[in-house]
Amino acid sequence: MSTSQGVVTSAERHHAHHFESGLAEFEACKQGMWIFLVTEVLFFSGMFLLYAILRVFYPSMMHDAHHLLNWKMGALNTVILICSSLTMALAVSAAQRGEKDKIVRYIWLTFLFSCGFLVVKFFEYSHKIHEGILPGALWHYEELKAAKAPLFFSVYFVMTGIHGLHVIIGMAVMLWLIKRAKRNEFGPEYFTPVEMTGLYWHFVDLVWIYLFPLLYLVS
Amino acid sequence: MSSHSSEGDLVKHGDNYINHSAGIKSWLNTLDHKRIGMMYLFTVMIFFLIGGFFALGIRLELFSPGMQFMTPDTYNRFFTYHGAIMVFMVIIPLIPAAMGNFILPMQLGAKDVAFPRWNLVSYYIYVTGALIAASTLFLKGVDTGWTFYTPYSIRSNSSATFVLLGAFIMGFSSILTGLNFIVTIHKLRAPGLTWGRLPLFVWALYATSIIQVLATPVLAITLLLLILERTLGIGVFDPKLGGDPVLFQHFFWFYSHPAVYIMILPAMGVISELVPVFSRKPIFGYKAIAGATFGIALVSFIVWGHHLFVSGQSEFANFVFSLITMFVAIPTGVKVFSWLGTMYKGSLRFDTPMLYVFGFLFVFTIGGLTGVFLAVVSIDVHLTDTYFVIAHFHYVMVGGTIMAFLGGIHYWFPKFSGKMYHESLAKFACWLVMIGFNVTFFPQFIVGTLGMPRRYADYLPQFTNYNRASTVGSWILALGLFITAYNLFRSMKTGKAAGDNPWGGLTLEWQTTSPPPFENFKYDPVVTEGPYEYKGDRIGMGINA
Repeated sequence: MSTSQGVVTSAERHHAHHFESGLAEFEACKQGMWIFLVTEVLFFSGMFLLYAILRVFYPSMMHDAHHLLNWKMGALNTVILICSSLTMALAVSAAQRGEKDKIVRYIWLTFLFSCGFLVVKFFEYSHKIHEGILPGALWHYEELKAAKAPLFFSVYFVMTGIHGLHVIIGMAVMLWLIKRAKRNEFGPEYFTPVEMTGLYWHFVDLVWIYLFPLLYLVS
Repeated sequence: MSSHSSEGDLVKHGDNYINHSAGIKSWLNTLDHKRIGMMYLFTVMIFFLIGGFFALGIRLELFSPGMQFMTPDTYNRFFTYHGAIMVFMVIIPLIPAAMGNFILPMQLGAKDVAFPRWNLVSYYIYVTGALIAASTLFLKGVDTGWTFYTPYSIRSNSSATFVLLGAFIMGFSSILTGLNFIVTIHKLRAPGLTWGRLPLFVWALYATSIIQVLATPVLAITLLLLILERTLGIGVFDPKLGGDPVLFQHFFWFYSHPAVYIMILPAMGVISELVPVFSRKPIFGYKAIAGATFGIALVSFIVWGHHLFVSGQSEFANFVFSLITMFVAIPTGVKVFSWLGTMYKGSLRFDTPMLYVFGFLFVFTIGGLTGVFLAVVSIDVHLTDTYFVIAHFHYVMVGGTIMAFLGGIHYWFPKFSGKMYHESLAKFACWLVMIGFNVTFFPQFIVGTLGMPRRYADYLPQFTNYNRASTVGSWILALGLFITAYNLFRSMKTGKAAGDNPWGGLTLEWQTTSPPPFENFKYDPVVTEGPYEYKGDRIGMGINA
């Protein structure tokens, strides 16, 4: 299937040669996406396990160190991401109905929310870097006396950093979707990329839903 | 086929995947699973050659006690490269990505894998990762051992970061292959090809893919954390900063133990294909073998702790891991006895692939049984980090995976190329491989029990004879492999035409022309029975009949 000769709209689109039908292709993509998400869960599970082990090893350090995080910023980002999940779901639904303008509008909104998330994250990171609240050996913050506190921030930066990378990748995919949606490629017959991006985006949000309480609300 | 039936007409007489389009670009940009499989095969073979070079170097240095021509530092680099290349770049992609890519869609009666573009992407990811890792050969090298144990790997003044990055990248290739295969098996089976009629090679690749998908991401995060440890000093595995080096071992083996089964399950799948074809009998215990495959895959995830018996792990954990490890022997035994049951009263034929099956059964059983020794904590404490362990896993990985691979490559060579290899030369090479392999590794069992430790560049004089035998064996093994390579390469050009189904195989890949046409089949296949229904006049089919 080649799209290089010109624009292929949803109605004209054929499925790849080795599938029986467009539906079969869609089902295969969906299964592939879910398997991919399983690999993502396992990828993050390594970091969650690391976090859990540090909680067991150094419970009071984890509690003291987490006060250096601003829970209000974290909460704001949680709200932002939940809103972005809503707009993403609306974009998928618009794609299934073939409402081109709505697809573009909702994906742009999702994109803007993601930008908001990254802006908040930027302020958090730059404040920490300025203060010297850094992972492991790079730590040079004087005011917190808790031993091993740098380890908490190793986990914090690794987890939020990899999560942030997932957000950025999602944003790049959204720009690609907007380009294709403007060419009227999505409709009731073909909306696979929008749906798959939706699944991915909900996963990215879900990771944050776990990260926020684990990192910002340690009790 | 509805909207594409015209494509059937494109399959002209003599059209096949090799001559379907010409030029190097048509290969580099191909989405055809058969071409991608062949590209994987050739690339993996290049790394097999490099990894083998390091192995021969190790054996040459160990020919006599004292240092011969290496410094201990060079020796450390040799065994690290040998291990890392053979594990990450050779054995893991060898059967699934190279052979499986070619054979799996054909055995399913499909035109391609579910995601052909991702298939090509996985190949280039593999090449990128492999080149990044291999580039360190020209930098400072790497001396950590392929297991990258902390804290040494954090402080090692070498190019370990690039090797870690390379292995990290190659992991994505492995994940993509596994994902692609799972979806292909679910969604692209030919009409009538029910789950109970799947060839056992497909079942093996299915279980392998599940392990690849579930275990590789854990390796990815482990290697990433170690890279960050080396570059930013995050400290999670570094005792100096409050981290836990044993945690690294847990993370690492949570992937790398299942990875052992990524290496052996596809090999068992190949054996399950060869045994009924060359016994001219239906497979004995089809469901038992398929079930045992999943039994092994399941158990593979809960035995990693047997690599940590001497790490200071609790005695209770040692007991549990020891017990579960011994369970691996049950499904493995089920398979071995099912293969023997298939041969019983069969019309055995001793073509080269079948010789390798016998080789596999002989050496793999030794490898498996010595694995049971090592599962016993009290014995393992004495044998840990000795040559007994080296011999054990070479009997499983080389004796198991490489033997099955060689059997498979001779079996499917006529399908890949349309030509037949030189039979007596292949048999001669098979004997050299078998003898060379056993002469190399059997003495290592003995010298291991006598206490010779692994990963040392030097040894005590009383171990000299064992090491000499081992080194001479490595030359015989190498000669056998070179003759095999020569035979196959030469036969691609000068071999006589093999015909479409020289072995009388009943699986779908044999029901099309050799080499197969662009989309595998001239007519969409329909399946009406299981893959090994040898009865009546089918028993006599094939070249020797």
